[in-house]
Amino acid sequence: MSQVPAIAFQVFQSVLVVLAAPLLMGWVNQCRAWLQNRSAPSILLPYYTLAKLFRKDAVIAEHASPLFRLTPYILFGCMWLAGGIVPVLATALPFAPAADIIALVAVFALARVFAALAAMDIGTSFGGLGARREMLIGFLAEPAMLMTLFTAAFISGSTQLTTIVDALAHRDFVIQPSLAFAAVAFLMVLLAENARIPVDNPTTHLELTMVHEAMILEYSARHLALIEWGAAIKLFAYMTIGFALFAPWGIATAGDWAGLPLALAALVAKLAIAGAGLAVVETVSAKFRLFRAPEFLSTAFLLAVLGMLTHFLLQG
Amino acid sequence: MIPTPLTGTLACVVVWLALGGLSLVPAANTSFARRVAFPLGALVGLVLAAFGLHGVWAPASSAALVLGLPDLPFHVRVDPLAGFFLFLLGAVSAGISIYAAGYFRSEAPGRLALIGLQYFVFLASMALVILADDAYLFMVAWETMALASYFLVTTDHHQGAIRSAGFLYLLIAHLGAIAILLCFGIMHGGRGDYSFVALRATELTPPWATVAFLLAFFGFGAKAGMIPLHAWLPEAHPAAPSPVSALMSGVMIKTAIYGMVRVIYDLIGGVRWEWGVIVLVIAAGTTLFGVLYALMQHDLKRLLAYHSVENIGIILLGLGMSMVFIGFGHPVAGALGLVAALYHTLNHAVFKALLFLGAGSVLHARGLRDLNDMGGLARTMPKTALYFLIGALAISALPPLNGFVSEWLTFQTALQAPILGHSVVRSVLPLFAATLALAGALTAMCFVKVYGIAFLGQPREPRHPPGDTEAHHGGDGGALEQVGMAWLAIGCVVLGVFPVAMIVFLNRVATALTGTGLAEEALTIGWLWLVPTTTAQASYSPVIFLVVIVGVVMLTALLVHRLYHGRVRRASAWDCGFPEQTPRMQDTADAFGQPIRHVFGPLYLMKRTMPGPDDQSPRFTLKIEDRHWYWLYLPVARLADFVSEKVSLLQQGRISVYLLYSFLTLIALLVFVA
Repeated sequence: MSQVPAIAFQVFQSVLVVLAAPLLMGWVNQCRAWLQNRSAPSILLPYYTLAKLFRKDAVIAEHASPLFRLTPYILFGCMWLAGGIVPVLATALPFAPAADIIALVAVFALARVFAALAAMDIGTSFGGLGARREMLIGFLAEPAMLMTLFTAAFISGSTQLTTIVDALAHRDFVIQPSLAFAAVAFLMVLLAENARIPVDNPTTHLELTMVHEAMILEYSARHLALIEWGAAIKLFAYMTIGFALFAPWGIATAGDWAGLPLALAALVAKLAIAGAGLAVVETVSAKFRLFRAPEFLSTAFLLAVLGMLTHFLLQG
Repeated sequence: MIPTPLTGTLACVVVWLALGGLSLVPAANTSFARRVAFPLGALVGLVLAAFGLHGVWAPASSAALVLGLPDLPFHVRVDPLAGFFLFLLGAVSAGISIYAAGYFRSEAPGRLALIGLQYFVFLASMALVILADDAYLFMVAWETMALASYFLVTTDHHQGAIRSAGFLYLLIAHLGAIAILLCFGIMHGGRGDYSFVALRATELTPPWATVAFLLAFFGFGAKAGMIPLHAWLPEAHPAAPSPVSALMSGVMIKTAIYGMVRVIYDLIGGVRWEWGVIVLVIAAGTTLFGVLYALMQHDLKRLLAYHSVENIGIILLGLGMSMVFIGFGHPVAGALGLVAALYHTLNHAVFKALLFLGAGSVLHARGLRDLNDMGGLARTMPKTALYFLIGALAISALPPLNGFVSEWLTFQTALQAPILGHSVVRSVLPLFAATLALAGALTAMCFVKVYGIAFLGQPREPRHPPGDTEAHHGGDGGALEQVGMAWLAIGCVVLGVFPVAMIVFLNRVATALTGTGLAEEALTIGWLWLVPTTTAQASYSPVIFLVVIVGVVMLTALLVHRLYHGRVRRASAWDCGFPEQTPRMQDTADAFGQPIRHVFGPLYLMKRTMPGPDDQSPRFTLKIEDRHWYWLYLPVARLADFVSEKVSLLQQGRISVYLLYSFLTLIALLVFVA
């Protein structure tokens, strides 16, 4: 069997994720502006911002080490890789067997560790503060994410994300209580991991509250652009992981070009709804005090573990 | 003619012992130790590693030595399990020995002679522990190992703290040794034959088998550093010179894992799932405790020692899952757990040795051990910083390095839970995977702290400046130190990227111990794919992963540099409108751990003094202590004091009273015998 169509599908999907990610960011911002009764910026604004940043001169602090300059590329690369693992449009992607859900979580962890190290590299108080807070959020979000994925893995008997999606998409529709728990936990992790309200606020630079922004405070120009773009891909990847686990309908099989239009349409629809939903969540909730974040995330962790236990008790 | 693994290994042991002896002779000539003894010892390590691998592959062979007591000769044997641990000992000690050749450069001749003797006797005794095929040689080698390492720990015995750390180590090592001895006693059952062949043949009744298991588990666990018997580890490992710390944390505590596997799987046999549950519960506690206390440390070597506690927990998690699966009659999943545990044993040996050597380089370069005194070390010691980064990423279980592979395998073992028939155990098993996930993420946090504070940022002004500043060169160590660290760093990468070769070896070990190896597909799929059971269930390809991630990062860099200008302007860091910026404003190690202290507060014993509002010279102090001291160690110590006080009533110091005791004992014995 020729692998060429499947590989073409893989490349297409990877490029699509990278190019479409800022659009999702723009859509979320637009929705949020509407909900908050502001006049909305263009949906293309993230692209303009990226273009502007790429053209500027990079300013780097005097004490910066090579690690500082390398990190934006590593972050972007990790997110791109994650976008290639997740079945966004199709299952049976040829790259998927190389990295399963555990590796996927580890890719996000790798990016987080490098971001935190780069933040501490300059030696300002903000960098250390941001790195510390980011790792605080990460150490709870990561296991919660893993437990959510394990619940799905137990249902489908596999840790391959594409196999999980196949199993979940092609079964009779039954409401699985374990998946319900997992979905709530996943939503909480998504908010935390992507630095959204109520855990972090992507639009503020207030030292008392910022987490992600404090880490990247020293970055400018093309480095900042890569980090921002990487963050957009991360949000995109997280949303598509969510679709893969909890709403896998409409997904195609790699190499099946006939199924592509439907898959694309389904993806756009799902992203539009999810993006609007995210804007609603961010509008109706207020940002937590920093030390409420661990409570929030340990709730997510416990819900995910509960989901896993429910699976064994009810369905095992 | 190529010697068999058994004779080759024995030859390595003899050379090590000879090097130890020779280190004493030319006591005035330090260049012997530096130029000959340690490099040659490293070479022997490499040879031993080769024989070890051969031993995994070759059929088991055994021999009786002419040494030992009359009618009680020493038995030695190399089988796949011993071969694997000999490989670990040889490969890791090779890197440490070559590093030691450079590290002990400025050591005084007399001290160096003693260190050389103890070091090589320590290495040889570890090899003999693994080779031993009877309880007699095993205990002799085990005790030699404990004593040699005790003397190495107390190298700086003029410091009181180090003397008491050594005493604590010796005490717990002997408590463990007593338990192991009793365990052999139970298996032996009074038949006068202590060879492992005879012990293996013993059929124990289930209650006695469980007693033997508990004795072996806690006896070896004391050496491995599992809670609650870990208290010596964070005291003794940092006290020793850095290469010795690396050897102890990297290799010595692994001999305890060897002993556990040998006794439980091989000698006692008939593994029961209840044992696995006991192991899992202790392992989960050890893992979390180790990492949470590591996060509170600001002494680099103590922090690494607490991580050894954590990693022993991770190894035991794999081992416990394996025992549960075997106990329920699922040998394939059991073999997977065993392979995961042994692979993590090897991985931890490699990266922990590397990290301790890195800490040693920092100590030599700057005389610093407290993280809060460091900062910006990457600028003056870039190579050490690179090796340390590799070790830090590996221990944080990040792909594509080796720590990730073994934790991935442990997760995969936990995910086999649905095949279990027992519904409670089945639903509890994934909770241990949750523990592992939590510990992994906390480890990453801890090493961000270590690396960010010590190697990145700006140099801090030491609060505990080293006494003799001349002795510290400030830069990367010499060539030998770097070769040693590079060897281990390469090990981290190779074991992470090409795990399948090692899995095939480990499969032979598992087959020899459990009778069943991994699933067919796991072994036949080829070197590119790591598969625990079937490809449908899970797979991971570190090579493809590495190629893709490097490719993607390079493609990004290339595109950005092609499409845009590469102009860079250097400026001072953003000061937030407050121009007075000092390195003291950076995060300290304690500040970095503060959120964890907040979240897990009840687990720590904190003693804090806060300055009042009117304090003229405000001071803030924080002391974090191990709770185990208060509920376990100090009460036991008080009990021991109390008992010895009562016993001392018998000791009057008059010879006539002692003669009376002897007389009474004799009478009592006569009555008893008659």
